[in-house]
Formats: sequence, C-alpha cells, structure tokens
Amino acid sequence: RFVGSLGTIVIKCKDLRIIQLDIPGMEECLNIASSIEALSTLDSVTLMYPFFYRPMFEVLEDGWSSFLLEQEFEHLSSVTNEWRLSCVNKDFSVCPSYPPVVIVPKSIDDEALRKVALFRYSGRFPVLSYYHKKNGMAMLRSSQPLTGTNGRRCKEDEKLINATLRSGRRGFVIDTRPLNVAQQARAKGGGFEQEVHYPQWRRIHKYIERFHIVQESFIKLVEACNDQSHNMDRWLSKLEASNWLTHIKELLTAACLAAQCIDREGASVLVHGSEGTDSTLQVTSLAQIILDPRCRTIRGFEALVVREWLQAGHPFQQRCAQSAYSNSKQKWEAPVFLLFLECVWQIHRQFPCSFEFNEHFLILLFEHAYASQFGTFLGNNESERAKLKLPQKTMSLWSWVNRPEELSRFQNPLYEANSLVIWPSVAPQSLQLWEGIFLRWNRPSRFLEEAEEERINIIKYNKELQAKVNVLRRQLAEMETDGEVQEEE
Amino acid sequence: VENVRLLDRLSSRRAVVGTLYLTATHVIFVENGSETRKETWVLHSQISSIEKQATTATGCPLLIRCKNFQVIHLVIPQERDCHDVYISLIRLARPVKYEELYCFSFNPKLDKEEREQGWKLVDLNEEYNRMGVPNNYWQISDVNRDYGVCDSYPTEVYVPKSATAHIIVGSSKFRSRRRFPALSYYCKGNNASICRSSQPLSGFSARCLEDEQMLQAIRKANPGSDFIYVVDTRPKLNAMANRAAGKGYENEDNYSNIKFQFIGIENIHVMRNSLQKMLEVCELKSPSMSDFLWGLENSGWLKHIKAIMDAGIFIAKAVAEEGVSVLVHCSDGWDRTAQVCSVASLLLDPYYRTMKGFMVLIEKDWVSFGHKFNHRYGNLDGDPKEISPVIDQFIECVWQLMEQFPCAFEFNERFLIHIQHHIYSCQFGNFLCNSQKERRELKIKERTYSLWAHLWKNRADYLNPLYRSDHSQTQGTLHPQIAPCNFLYKFWSGMYNRFEKGLHPRQSVTDYLMAVKEETQQLEEELEVLQERLANLQKSQSGNNKVKSKQQDRSKQFGLYTSNNSLANTPQEYSSDLKSFPSRSPSQGDEDSALILTQDNLKSSDPDLSANSDQESGVEDLSCRSPSGGGCLPSEDSGKDSDEAVFLAG
Repeated sequence: RFVGSLGTIVIKCKDLRIIQLDIPGMEECLNIASSIEALSTLDSVTLMYPFFYRPMFEVLEDGWSSFLLEQEFEHLSSVTNEWRLSCVNKDFSVCPSYPPVVIVPKSIDDEALRKVALFRYSGRFPVLSYYHKKNGMAMLRSSQPLTGTNGRRCKEDEKLINATLRSGRRGFVIDTRPLNVAQQARAKGGGFEQEVHYPQWRRIHKYIERFHIVQESFIKLVEACNDQSHNMDRWLSKLEASNWLTHIKELLTAACLAAQCIDREGASVLVHGSEGTDSTLQVTSLAQIILDPRCRTIRGFEALVVREWLQAGHPFQQRCAQSAYSNSKQKWEAPVFLLFLECVWQIHRQFPCSFEFNEHFLILLFEHAYASQFGTFLGNNESERAKLKLPQKTMSLWSWVNRPEELSRFQNPLYEANSLVIWPSVAPQSLQLWEGIFLRWNRPSRFLEEAEEERINIIKYNKELQAKVNVLRRQLAEMETDGEVQEEE
Repeated sequence: VENVRLLDRLSSRRAVVGTLYLTATHVIFVENGSETRKETWVLHSQISSIEKQATTATGCPLLIRCKNFQVIHLVIPQERDCHDVYISLIRLARPVKYEELYCFSFNPKLDKEEREQGWKLVDLNEEYNRMGVPNNYWQISDVNRDYGVCDSYPTEVYVPKSATAHIIVGSSKFRSRRRFPALSYYCKGNNASICRSSQPLSGFSARCLEDEQMLQAIRKANPGSDFIYVVDTRPKLNAMANRAAGKGYENEDNYSNIKFQFIGIENIHVMRNSLQKMLEVCELKSPSMSDFLWGLENSGWLKHIKAIMDAGIFIAKAVAEEGVSVLVHCSDGWDRTAQVCSVASLLLDPYYRTMKGFMVLIEKDWVSFGHKFNHRYGNLDGDPKEISPVIDQFIECVWQLMEQFPCAFEFNERFLIHIQHHIYSCQFGNFLCNSQKERRELKIKERTYSLWAHLWKNRADYLNPLYRSDHSQTQGTLHPQIAPCNFLYKFWSGMYNRFEKGLHPRQSVTDYLMAVKEETQQLEEELEVLQERLANLQKSQSGNNKVKSKQQDRSKQFGLYTSNNSLANTPQEYSSDLKSFPSRSPSQGDEDSALILTQDNLKSSDPDLSANSDQESGVEDLSCRSPSGGGCLPSEDSGKDSDEAVFLAG
C-alpha cells in the first residue's frame, strides 16, 4: 500500500514493514506509484506471482502431496477402527468448502452424511478433527446446525455426533458464539444444538470475537506499534485499546478448554461457531498443539496447517488479502490465521523446549499466508484450488521449506521431544505482545539475534564435543583390544 | 494452630489443610499431606502487612502480604486462634530493636575466619583503585573520618584534588544533610566522572562560595571538558517547591560553567503508591487483559522505571560520548541519586555487569553512601511513609536491561530476585541500618554474615549461560534505544508474581542451557583425558597396556538434559462453566506438585529463600521435590559418575 506525494512513495507492506522511497522526478514518481498500485492489486488470481514463479531449487519432495488425509487416516487406523474415510464430497457437491475426503464415524454412511450436510450451514457436517489416542476421545468440528426458530432437528446429525461418545459418557459442544448471538442466529435459519435433542451433550458458549472485529483490532495495534510518541502511558493504553491481547487470551482460553474437556474430563468435543471456517479452526488447531506432541514438530505443524486450515476451508484469499494497512475497507479481511500463529507463539514462549520449530518458522507462515511465490495459500478452499489447478501450475511452500538446508533455519536448538500435554497459562501476566511480528521493523533486534546465535553455538559446541568424545572412545577401545591381542600373541 | 487451610489464589480448588506454627523467626505452615508434608516458611521480616478479613462459615481468613511479593491466604477455623495469630504476627513482624532481627540469630555454621573472609569479598578501596583513583585529579579525603562532616556518608570519600578540607566543609554546610559532592564513578578513559550530592540550600537567592568552588574543582578534575552537567533528578516543580523551604537547585548564573538539567523522577511517596497500585493489579483474581493493562498503566510503574532509565542513559551518554563530568542530586541524594548513579555506572562499565561487580556497585552506590535501608524497607517498626521500593526499582532497571541485552550480564534473573529478597529478609547484615556509621556502631561485621559471600558460594546458580567475557555485548558502554522505546519496558512477572509459578514459562531456557554447558564442560574434560590416554597408548603401541576401559553408559550422560523436559503441568480454570460440572478429572491431587515443579528445577539453590525452608533448621526443601518431577536438572550424580569413571580408568 502506498501514499504518494511530492516525490515520496511510502510503501506499506503486508508484513507490516514500511518503506519510504524518495524519488527525484515528480512524474516519474507518479508513474512508479501507479505501477506499484496496479501490480499489487491484481484482479485475477492466475496473474499472481505463484503462477510465474520458477523455483531455483531442486524439488526433493512435492509439497502438494506431502500431507494427504489418507496418510493421516492410516495413522489413525493403527489405533482405532471406529472411523472411516468418506469420499461423499469427492466432487465438492455436498460441501463446497470441504476437501474431497473426510474422516467420519464408521457407523455413519454417506447417505446419512448428505442429510446431515443439509442440516448444517454451508453443508459443513461434523467431521473428525483430532483423535486423542490416550483415551480415545475425539474432537469434531462443523458449522452451526440449521435449527431455525421452529427448532428443526436432524436424527442423522444426532446419530453422527453420538457415535463419537462412549456409552454412558457425555460430550461437550463448544460454541464459539455467546448464547445471545447463537439465539439470534435462529432467526436467520441457524441455531445451536438444543438439550432436548442432544441430551448427552453439554453446550458451552466460549465467545471468540468475529473476524471483522479482529481486523479492527489488528489495525489499531499496528498503528500503536508504529506510533513514535515518547509517552509510556500512551503506549500501554493504546495496546489495551486495541484489544488484541484480549483476543489472544480468549482464544487460548477456548482452546485450553477444549483440550481440557478431552484430556481431563475424558469427553468428546464438537466445536463450531457460525460458519466453522474461522474461530472453529482456531480452537481445534490450538487444542491439538496443546494435546498432541506431533503437532509441535515441524512436519506435524505443517500437517496441522494443511489439515485444519487449508483443507478445512479457511478462506485464505479473502482473509489475507491486504493485511493491516488497507485504504479501502475490506469486507472479508481478517488476521484469523495470524491470531492462531500468535497463540502458538505464546505457548511456545511458555514451553520453549517443547517445539521443534522456532519463531522464524511461525513468521514465515505469516508472511506466506499474505504474500508468497508459492501457491499453497492461494484460493479459499480445496475446491477452488482444484479449479485453479494449483498443484500442477504452482509450487508448494512445503516443497521448499522441507528441504534440509531450509529446515535448518527453522529448527529450535532447544528442542527435546516432550510427549506430555502442555497446559499454557492464560493469565494476562503470562501473555506478551508478539514483538517478532509487530515490532519487527522498529525494535533494535541485533542484541536479541546475538543471543539467539549464542544459544545455537552453545548447543552446537556441545554436540560437536559429544561426537569427538565418541570417536576417541571408539579409537581407544579398538586400540585396547588390539593391544590385548598383541599381548596374547 | 491445626486445621488451617492455605488457599491458592489461582484456584479455589487447590486449598490445602495443614498446621500453622509461629516461631521466633518464621511463620511455618506444614501440610497434612501424607508423604510430602510440604512446608511453607516465611520470615517475619518479610511480612509487609497482615489483614484479618470478615469471618465466613468456613473460618476466619487471614491474609499475609510479604515484601517479596508473596501473598499467603490462610483460613483459620477458630476466630479466637485467628485473632491470637494476628496479634502475635503484628508484634513479630515489627521488631523495634535491631537485635531482634534474624541476622543476629542466623548461623550458617561458618567459623569466624570464614565470616571475616565473607565480609572481605567486596572491598570498596579495591574498587576505587580499579576505577583508577586516587590519581592526579582525585584523592581520598579524610574530612569525614569520624563522621564529623556528614554522618550518612562513609568515612572514606573521594574528592577532587583541588578541593581543600575548607571547601568540602563549606560546601557541606550548603547542602541538605551536609551531603557534599563526592565521587561515585570515575571513567579512566577520558577523566569524566559521576559525582553525587544532595540539593543545595539555595532557597531563592542564597549562595555559597565554597560550594561553587567545589563544583569548579570537579570540572577542573576533567581537563578535557570546559563545563559539567548538574543533573537534578526531581521534577522541576518539586525542586522549585523546595526553594520555599530554603533548599532548591543550582542557579546557572552563580556557578560558572555548569549546564543544569532536570530529569523528572517522582519522589518516594509517588513510587510507593505506584507499586501499591501495581501489586493490586497483580493480586486481582482472574483479571481480564484490559483490567491488567489498564491497571498497569494506571499504576504508572513502568513510566517511573523508564524515567530512571532515561536519567541513567543521559548521564552515561554525557560521560562516555561527550566526556563531560556530571554531578547528580535529588533532595537528600540517597534515593533517586543512588538509582541514577548506579544505572549509569552499569551502562558505562562492563565490570558492574559481572556478578562480583554488581555486588560492588550496590555496596558503593547504595550501602556506603547511606541509602536508608532500614527506613525504606521497614526492617524495624517505623514510619510507614518512609517506606518505598527505591532499590527494587533499580533492580528492575537491571532486569529491563537484561531483557534488551541478553548476553551483556554475567548473572541471571534469579540473582536479582534473590538480592531483592535479602534486602528485606534481614538474614544477612549487609543491608541493616541507614548508614555506615550505624552499622559500625552495631558491629555488624562481627555479629552477622555477609550476603555477598553466600551468593558467591552459590554462584553457579546465578550464571547467565549466554554470557561470554569476549562477547561484543560485554564490552564498553551499553546503548539502550531511546527513540521509540516505550514497548521495550515490560511487566516483570518473574518478580511481582514470583510465587505464582503457574504464570511463568514452564521450561526455563536458562536452566536448560546451563545444563548443556555443564555437560559440555564434562565432555571437554573427558576429551582431554581420552586424548592423553590415546597418546600414551600410541607411545607404548606394542606395550603392555592393560587398562580396561570401562565403557561408559552413554545414555546416562545424554539423559542429563532430557529430564529438563519432563514437565507435567496442569490446566488452569479456563471456564467457570466447567466447575459446576461434575469433575471427573483423574487426579486433582498431584497437580499441585506438578505446578511447583516449574520452580525452574531450582535444586533449592538458596534454601532459605522463597517460601521453603532454611539452612539453620536443616529442613529439606520439600516443595521442590515433586513426585512426578523425576530427576531434577543437571543430575549431578550421573555427571560425576562418569567423570570419576574416566579418571579411574586413566
């Protein structure tokens, strides 16, 4: 984004950087400005960089097929046979924002799924999001049920979600809207699961702010961070007024609650809001970070992003079009994914040794979600991506990131696999602004980078020593046995 | 008192029942729990306030707030018992004589020589020599030999060579509490210095020739510069108000070649209230983000911290970059002046960023120059209006700098927290009384022990793993960013929510790296031994070398730092809804211990510290030992094991 005047072009980037260029000629300046303007607001997706980008590296593994749901299901089948892969949506006709294959309870057939899809907003019927191996509990996600004002019900829907319960146990529905909003939704044909029809389920309303509010908050926060005034008080009150950290706290709390229901209460959970494409995904993906050690590895986290965001139909193209500096008001713009990444960062900060990746990896995903030479984050769902033929025409981010030389930059030197559930603190004292994103361009980072380097060096030196000692030990052992042999001779 | 309940602020579910004991020095709470019998020890001198709340159905609540920011919430079943405890604690927490303080009964079982050795660890004469004085410009003055000129100054002060006894005495008469300008820091590189004093008694127009000569002498001691800065750390309004009382600030017209500068740091009363407000925010039960940020802003605490830092940065810049000497004062020159001089010294001189140097710095700028420890930290019962977190603020400034310059300090956060703790604990004699004179009269050095020796003995626990003496951040002056820097100042939950371990990161990078470094050191040693043996073997290639190499269990060594991660923890109350739901949660019981495990695997580095136990009693630090904790940090045993094996084999 830019504001041009008197030979000065200010380019405001989606990664929150602001670049100011002074250009001598007025006319030249205007030309450059309009070119940048035109090139940064292309109408057609197919004109975007990923379609022209030619990689300068050798593709070792095609990222487009690195994370297939079939693989995930194979993994699941090794511990339970209560689930099946369904291809009911193979031509995207049952639910346009779902991938062609989904995991559902084994006892529910495709016919029933079609009926349930009609009962759920946009056809987003409940599907498996996460299976907790420890106790066999499941986390499902969907969109709101279309109960309407007259309390419509759908026997198949009830059967579907009840199929995830152990006999005699109850489950939780986590609705990401406050009760009154959920009630109002009935007037528009939406609604929520009523106790009468879902006696085994207990509903919890855990409010997470809608996406457009979050966008406002994002804009305010970025403004505050760029404010050069010298007053300490103004900074804190602006930070407070942006409400950004409040959203972080709410979101983490909801995710912790979902995780708590599964791990501590031993109950299955269904998460949804209205559409099931924003706050729902935030909650289900964060809960997995907390519960599942696999998601804290680099590959596992990539799989999580693919499964719970890309395949689950988070509308990246709508949400990540303009970032925080947009002149015109963008109706669909919202940093929903960024909020998720920041929550991961908050947990990472509290458990600095439990993640295989480092902060740079999260920042990388933030950048590529907004602007990228790779096709991964283009389109709003799998159906659109298939139509655009992205796997054929563009390169996947994962093809690049997962090459060993790139991976090394994103590894956390302190990582030690931690197989436990990690419960973060959500108290305000425990949450901090993510400086790596918001103050990235205006804080002095040299000293922090030096510290990071120092950490890496300490660990590297340790590993080198270990290797050396091992070699010497082996040599010594060999020589000794040789010596003994000689002696015997 | 039996059947007392200790409440957990974060969760009402986690109350524990136990027995409360009051001893001559401590409040002790012992849990009834079967195996662990966790104990909580609180020194009486740490108690800041005791509040008895309205009796409820379950009993009589008693709230004990401590100076190290611990809050203990007890419920005592019988109203009468509660009242007794309350009355006794009020008496015990407010001693009237120094002799009642813990340091006079504390005995770490060191002999006389060790004690004397301990007091010699920090030697200010040595420090002034290190700075490069006395020299051609500065000399030691004995005018205050028997505290005759200024009773809150040390006996030995450094003054410009050209300042005669006459000038010093004359100047002292023109300064509040006779605190005349004296050397705090001397910069060997360019002769610039930091001097300190109290405000001049200038009123609206009074002058003092000797005082003017004194400032001239300070300027002349720095031949490279033709003026000095006079920094008044008070807000201008306060300084002006002081003129009405016959005090005030230097008039630039009367003093030749000075540049006068106000830096608005608020007074001790504002700071006390600010801390109070911030602590109220910390104590809120499940605050929202807005409550917290709003409360933090409203307290003004970070604004005050920034003001102190700004003053320090200004002075450091004047000295290092402009080569200009600075005279710093506030009103009496023992609070804000101490803060600002020590922050500036810390920025200027890497030595003060080492563990030893930091001890010296506190000894120099705070202890020797008569910071009123007794009054400010309420060691003896006194005027509550005198209490103020002056040195706490300095300690926080250091922490803020550590956050910005992670490799610049030899010590870690724990070091700062433990110093803060002991400033209030009165377990060591260092911070007793209000001046050197009083301490000498009390014979502190003969009757108590020195904290510095104690910290030095345990220095391994206080090391910053990122510190390297040859790193660029450990050289020369630190330059914190000034321009947009508001966001650089952060709330220090490690200090103010110190006892709520659940709020802190569950894994400590510092401890992890220290464990790695320890292992690295062992590897280095082993490498050396192996190389030597290899060389020997090669020499006597055909020889009769019968050394049986005991192949070591490598996994043992590798196991060293995996334990770091075996942290279990526990969910907080994320939803009030859940509470009403029949909790099927498997084991609420062991969660508590899991929480405590986050105590950065403290190996009970300082057992008397925190709420645990103390050396004298020899009670083990149970709270650190959690059943699920497994091997705590550097399992020294396995480490030593392998070392010994190597040496035996060699």
